[in-house]
Amino acid sequence: MSGIKRPRRQRAGRYTVLMLGLAATGLVYAAVTGAGGAASAATPGGPSPADIAQGKAIFADTCSSCHGMNAQGTAAGPSLMGVGAAAVDFQMSTGRMPGKDFDAEMPRKPVTFTTEQIHQVAAYISFLGGGPAIPSAAMVDPAGADLALGQQLFITNCAQCHNFAGAGGALTYGKYAPALTHSTPTQIYEAMLTGPEAMPVFSDTTVTPAQKRDIIAHITTVRAEPNPGGFSLGRVGPVTEGLVAFLGGIAFLVFVAIWITMKRREA
Amino acid sequence: MTKSKTTEALEDTGRFLDDRLRAARAVRSALRKLYPDHWTFLLGEIALYSFVILLLTGTFLTFFFQPSMSEVIYHGIYTPLRGVRMSEAYASTLNISFDVRGGLLMRQIHHWAALLFMAAIFVHMLRIFFTGAYRKPRELNWLIGIVLFTLGLVEGLFGYSLPDDLLSGTGLKITQGVLETIPIVGTYASFFLFGGEYPGNLIIPRLYVIHVLLIPALLLGLISAHLFFMYHQKHTQMPSKGRTERNVVGAPAYPYFAAKTSAFFLFIFAVLALMSTFAQINPIWLYGPYNPSAITAGSQPDFYLGPLEGALRIMPAWEWNVFGHTFAFNVFIPALVPLGIIFTGAALWPFLEQWITGDRREHHVNDRPRNAATRTAIGMAAVTFWGVLWLEGANDVIADQLQIPLFTLTWIARFAVILGPIIAYWVTKRICLGLQRKDAHLLEHGVETGIIRQLPSGEYVELTKPVDEDKRAVLEYGRVGAPQLTGPPTDADEVPAPGTRGPLGRMRTRLDRVITEGIPIEADGHGNGHGDGHGNGHGSPAAVTAGEQEGAQPAEPGPEPGGTDGEDAAR
Amino acid sequence: MQGSGEQFPPADGAEELPESRAPHRVVGTPPPARARTLLEAPPQEDRRPERWLPAEPSNLDQAKRAERLVAALFILSMLASIGFVAAYVGLEVHSVVATQRSNLALGVSMSVAFGALAVGVVIWVRYLMPKVELTEERKPLASSPKDRAEFDKDFTEGAEASGFVKRPLLRRTLIAASVPLAVAPLVILRDLGPLPGTSLRHTVWRKGLRLLVFGPNTPLRPADFAIPGQMITVVPDGYQDNLDALAKAATIIIKFGPGQLRPPTVMNWTVDGIVAYSKICTHVGCPVALYEQTTHNILCPCHQSTFDATRGAKVIFGPAARPLPQLPLGTDAEGFLVATSDYHEPVGPSFWERG
Repeated sequence: MSGIKRPRRQRAGRYTVLMLGLAATGLVYAAVTGAGGAASAATPGGPSPADIAQGKAIFADTCSSCHGMNAQGTAAGPSLMGVGAAAVDFQMSTGRMPGKDFDAEMPRKPVTFTTEQIHQVAAYISFLGGGPAIPSAAMVDPAGADLALGQQLFITNCAQCHNFAGAGGALTYGKYAPALTHSTPTQIYEAMLTGPEAMPVFSDTTVTPAQKRDIIAHITTVRAEPNPGGFSLGRVGPVTEGLVAFLGGIAFLVFVAIWITMKRREA
Repeated sequence: MTKSKTTEALEDTGRFLDDRLRAARAVRSALRKLYPDHWTFLLGEIALYSFVILLLTGTFLTFFFQPSMSEVIYHGIYTPLRGVRMSEAYASTLNISFDVRGGLLMRQIHHWAALLFMAAIFVHMLRIFFTGAYRKPRELNWLIGIVLFTLGLVEGLFGYSLPDDLLSGTGLKITQGVLETIPIVGTYASFFLFGGEYPGNLIIPRLYVIHVLLIPALLLGLISAHLFFMYHQKHTQMPSKGRTERNVVGAPAYPYFAAKTSAFFLFIFAVLALMSTFAQINPIWLYGPYNPSAITAGSQPDFYLGPLEGALRIMPAWEWNVFGHTFAFNVFIPALVPLGIIFTGAALWPFLEQWITGDRREHHVNDRPRNAATRTAIGMAAVTFWGVLWLEGANDVIADQLQIPLFTLTWIARFAVILGPIIAYWVTKRICLGLQRKDAHLLEHGVETGIIRQLPSGEYVELTKPVDEDKRAVLEYGRVGAPQLTGPPTDADEVPAPGTRGPLGRMRTRLDRVITEGIPIEADGHGNGHGDGHGNGHGSPAAVTAGEQEGAQPAEPGPEPGGTDGEDAAR
Repeated sequence: MQGSGEQFPPADGAEELPESRAPHRVVGTPPPARARTLLEAPPQEDRRPERWLPAEPSNLDQAKRAERLVAALFILSMLASIGFVAAYVGLEVHSVVATQRSNLALGVSMSVAFGALAVGVVIWVRYLMPKVELTEERKPLASSPKDRAEFDKDFTEGAEASGFVKRPLLRRTLIAASVPLAVAPLVILRDLGPLPGTSLRHTVWRKGLRLLVFGPNTPLRPADFAIPGQMITVVPDGYQDNLDALAKAATIIIKFGPGQLRPPTVMNWTVDGIVAYSKICTHVGCPVALYEQTTHNILCPCHQSTFDATRGAKVIFGPAARPLPQLPLGTDAEGFLVATSDYHEPVGPSFWERG
């Protein structure tokens, strides 16, 4: 009897091992590529092959001249392998990409593509090299966030470049940290996650998705807040205040002093 | 005629006081005191009344502010900070801003008034300098003014550090870092000021006492002395017809000056209230509480400390490590040298100018800045020096707003801080001399009337009209026949005059020639406007006259102590 | 009982000021009237045409119009002040929006109250008070030689009478008594603070102390910090709320890919390309926190000292004279990032004893 049973067990064992191996490969692959963020994609059910194909077409038209036909990078543009859908969504939805004037830094500019097209390109890049996914709406919703922790994280990790109110600041060699006035919660999340240009990366294992949501809540609350003391003067601090003291205060009072001491012509 | 009830009441009060004080004569002379009128004379008043407003609003704030560094968790109305740990000082400032009616307005008026106070001192000091109002007998007031400026800087720094927010806390850290680098005593000074390691929990209460009690007391005392001297010596006046070194022309204190100065006080209060309504200042709730491991982009002190900040940024990284000790030149040079040069130079300037020109007469009529070309040029050089450092202090904000690379700005500033004052000196001097030449031309040739006449010879000439009396008085003032330094360099026997001997004396003579450089005007009103651009003319104003004078003709200098002033009268 | 009137007769209204202090008249204005005091009503018959100040401005029609304008401004000011009180009473604060509203109402009413009053007074002075320009004499400020001589005499006699000059023993012992008395108040300030000792040379970091991400205060494994370009602020475990400790111990960690870190970075002190530098700038101590991923620069926002993170945080621009100290890193038994010792040099600004 042992002779008949053994081949069946061996065959079953081989299939089992094969299935396990495939499953393990898939898991490892998912773990490595999904290391930057949660697995949920922006489009429910994930991108379809049609989306990826469409994204590839747009990419070939618009992006490949600098980033290479296979997104491997050229002298003009970096490799996009592993940057993820989040990076593509950030760069294209803020208008930074497609890049035009190649200066110290890509500025935010009017967006050239529709959201659907952006997601398609993002899906293609993600298909090519993996990387962090676009956050879902729930992940960036400020409601219910821990504002106190958000304030502390923002002030410690963001304010030194972007300024205490997100009004932006200077970096070296003509670069700058942009103001956060126009960034959507999704874009803020993606920027933290992917570290565009000079910005460092704040991965999900260091600043967790919940903490990112707290930071977003802090930013959106503060920037929407009215200025109870009058006009904000740019929320840049003492520099504009000093200007106003001289140009507003002293200059006006000089005019008043001239009026008070003016010689009046006798009628 | 029956008296009105008011008149009777006033008389009764007056009699009551006078019975006890013998005040009639003193008060009457105070009421009749004349105050010369010019808009530049009101700049000091801006500072004075800003100070009064600071006292008033500051007192209000002390009723609510808690100068304590004990930590609390915020549970107030400002949602972005709910649950955040902060000091009581910071929490009480949030409370003033959001839970006390009028609290935010008072905080803002207080801070705007501080900025206005410093800005007013700055322009007032420049006015005094450029018109030569610091000269004898007002040198003491000039020195008091410099001390007031310095005290104001410190008072403002301590004041805006009290709320213990992120921005001002960074400033305190910089203060501590600078202190620490001072050779020999730095670490001790830092530990004594902060009561131990930075930040400790003593610095805010200590700054509070200094800010609320000690420095205001000093300021009050010095401002009173400053005003008393001005009162006793009588204010200076601008050159004009009928004004001489021996009179005061103006309107009496009662009712004119009292009314005008009260109106100006009300204006200042109104402007501050307006600024505090429409221009937000020091929004500490946006900065968040201080934490030594956090910082914001665009960290600057208030503008009056800008040059200090700029000096720190502009400095290259020079440091010596010798025999186990560190000389941090990169820190204590910027902290001490630029402001040291300016304040020491300013303090010494009246005496230096006196020594160089030998001019020890009293001066009660101001110079027109153009008539003291070298002084004005030096002043503009100092302003440029200050200004370059000030702009460098804001270099990251400028870099961001104007899209200029950060390091480029610093490099430009490093050159501009040396070259700028030199260029400013030269340009200002040329402008002043040019204006003097224009004045001389006007005096000599008169005002163009636009009427053309043809002469019998066929030539066309434009008719000119002599300058009218008032204008002539202004143009000629101080330019005609002023005596020079120390008499002729040698007397008949070829012996050099005392004061011009030796290397120091020769340098003094040369400096005198530079300082008094100007375009001369002859005593009879005709200018020497063309020809030599330098000449050996004199910019110093006319002497104290021996008696009453009418019109613009200053007389010979009277007998003065300090005998080397020559008998060199109007030339 | 003698009344005050007999013993100290009131000043006679006819008494003039001494000549030199009486205002002079220059061409065009009338000579001064007979001086009067507050104590006596002007006599009926004293209606001379000469007054110290004219009673009416020259243009009476303009004055009347001005008076109406000024009155209107004063009434506006009064209404604004009442409005201020009403705004204070009626408008609550306790929220950002309410504060904005209250600040606006209080501020505008205060500005109008002061401003209208100010403008009114100025118009009053310019149009309702007669234009006047008087002249009076200035005397030289130096006292007359006679006064100076008298002062000198009195002062010298007083000094002699006091014996201060003639008795050196008194003088010297007085000075000897004053000196320590003057120094003592300075001495008692000694306890303002402790002596620095060696405290500036150390931070609280020591072997085995975990690095916590500042904010959530969670420890970190190298695998959590694995993407090149990451940067975060870390604080020592147990000291996250201690501001005194954080002022020296705040640290940043940066993740680099293989081959990016170069000397003088101490490679032994890194873990998997993760390097730790002091966050306290070596210039004057601001948190140096602007990390640029592309240039590997760490920029301090205070005075723009710039450090190269791949090369031991050496200074590449700016006033800082020394590189940021590097914290030696390792991992503990559970795999979390820990310090393996304190910094090997003092953090923060230079000081005299640093060496």
